Amino acid sequence: MSADLAKEARTDLAARAAVRHLLARVGRYVFLCLVLAFFALPLLWLATAPFDDTPTIGTSLPRFTLDNFRTLLDNPYALTSLVNSVWLAGGTAVLVVVFAALAAYALSRVRVPGRDALLYGLLLLSSIVTGTATMVPLFELAFRLNLIDSRLGVILVLTGGLLPAAIFILKDFMDATPTSYEESARVFGASALQIMRHIVVPVVRPGLATVGVWAVANVWGNFLVPFLLLRGPDKAPAAVIMYTLYTEGGQADLRLLSTFSLLYSLPVALMFVFVSSRYGFRFHGGIKR
Amino acid sequence: MSAITLRELTKVYPNGVRALDALDLEIADGEFFALLGPSGCGKTTLLRTIAGLELASAGSVRIGDRAVTNLPPGQRDVAMVFQDYALFPHMTVRDNIAYPLRIKKVGRAARHDKAAGTAEELGLSALLDRRPGQLSGGQQQRVALARAMACHPQVFLLDEPLSNLDARLRLEARTFLKRLQRELGVTTVFVTHDQAEALALADRIAVMEGGRIRQVGTPTEVFRRPANTFVAGFIGSTPMNLVPARVHGDELAVAGVRLPVPEDVRGRLTDGEQVVYGVRPEYLDHSPEPVPDALTGQVVVVENLGSFSLVSLDVPAGDDGATSVQVVVPEGREPAPGDTGWVVPRPGRTLVYRDGELVTGAAAPPVPAPRTGVAADA
Repeated sequence: MSADLAKEARTDLAARAAVRHLLARVGRYVFLCLVLAFFALPLLWLATAPFDDTPTIGTSLPRFTLDNFRTLLDNPYALTSLVNSVWLAGGTAVLVVVFAALAAYALSRVRVPGRDALLYGLLLLSSIVTGTATMVPLFELAFRLNLIDSRLGVILVLTGGLLPAAIFILKDFMDATPTSYEESARVFGASALQIMRHIVVPVVRPGLATVGVWAVANVWGNFLVPFLLLRGPDKAPAAVIMYTLYTEGGQADLRLLSTFSLLYSLPVALMFVFVSSRYGFRFHGGIKR
Repeated sequence: MSAITLRELTKVYPNGVRALDALDLEIADGEFFALLGPSGCGKTTLLRTIAGLELASAGSVRIGDRAVTNLPPGQRDVAMVFQDYALFPHMTVRDNIAYPLRIKKVGRAARHDKAAGTAEELGLSALLDRRPGQLSGGQQQRVALARAMACHPQVFLLDEPLSNLDARLRLEARTFLKRLQRELGVTTVFVTHDQAEALALADRIAVMEGGRIRQVGTPTEVFRRPANTFVAGFIGSTPMNLVPARVHGDELAVAGVRLPVPEDVRGRLTDGEQVVYGVRPEYLDHSPEPVPDALTGQVVVVENLGSFSLVSLDVPAGDDGATSVQVVVPEGREPAPGDTGWVVPRPGRTLVYRDGELVTGAAAPPVPAPRTGVAADA
């Protein structure tokens, strides 16, 4: 009798535990869905709004149209600005990769007194260089150097801002490359440039790809520097032109804005996919592997 | 001609460390030469200075009839195999072997032919399209050797050639390396901290300590007649027994017994002088019965080393307690710990050191001449 009771109590307990377990699972998934929705909704908006003839700031099933793209093409600066962005991002990325590779190689191989302090100091200051804090002196400097309204000026300033972090990342890659590779090549008679070309660059290629992609993504999204240094809309990159897409009434033109946003984000996304498949890069960061 | 001549070679690092100290050395054409010493003795620095990866602070390096002291490594006509082999990970075996020729601007087809030929000599033909990461340690070493051979240098420099291989492979590679060097007949200098490796491979050995060479000689000379107590303690799988002794006329008072002074130094010792009596464990015979002219003591430890055992005896050492003497005993004749044992030095195999340096007789072997024409007797 009492055994039966105990058995019953046990099944009862087990059932309750199962229900609690189920509820906990449901709760967890609901929570995850909410978090996901928080991040996914803007992306969904980006996918639907450009094809909607009356987009709002909410996400809804679009009444499909391609008119928005046609309207955007009528804007004289929309496509040019994307080309401008490519120029700025490409130019900066090339400069950053070349100079960071040379500097990181030197810093990794040559014993410089106070090297680490230098590196960390630069890293700290770099975030200030392209930040709002130095807006005025930066403008002043560009003005004196006749670099106002010049793409070169923007490229140089952005390169300066990105270099320290790029050097920091690449130095780790260089450090991880045994010096015996280079010494071996030297004994065979290779010159410094040959060693760089044949050995160092191929060995640290994933690092170079990482830094290149990171530089492009940074420049692509940078608004302040080109906004500050470029005067007219003809040289302005997409990030700046985005800012001009308003209706005559001063309202944000959601049709243009959403369409342009889609075009603006595609190149960088495609680049990530391409580089990742080509070099299989991962973001290593300045951490010892 | 590709002998190597070093004169007064000195290397002082910027931090003040004197890695090489006015070092003189001649390495003969075609010789397989070992630089042996404990870590930090300057052997790797010496190798790198010959290669040109380090520039000498003073002194000169000649390879063949060329003075190369200040030449960059690429113009010295040497090839170096690094301890980690330094194979380029992004290149195939073929491209790795062909790399020196690529630097010499040999056309792609020609250098790939050459690489294939060299690879065949070393049994690497099946691996030509692999990358270094896909090879075993032994294969990587052979690729590194092939790469060094492909440019037909006057001198091979090998930095710890066997240390990255596991124990079993090491023996195989050792035999392979020795045969290869004989066949090629190219002057080869290698660095090792393993005395067994040096004895097994080299035609001659330089034993180094603190940036100086303590002895140069054939493996036999270095093993049988170490020039000083440092070499005596370093060479041999078991270090030489070094027991304090005092001269009494024609006898030496060693560990509480009187032993005759070795023939070749008779008359070169002063009565009452304090010396060190040296004899290798391999050159001592153990006896469980009392025998004349023997050291005697209690067996403390018996270490089984396969076909023989290493037996340690505590023998009385003059005024200050006991010292340990080790003796090699063939299998089946090991004493038990606690037994009393007698050890007799074999005639002609005992050495006397004064102030750490070997006392040699007038009839002692002359300073070893560099061995030449090694390739010829291969």
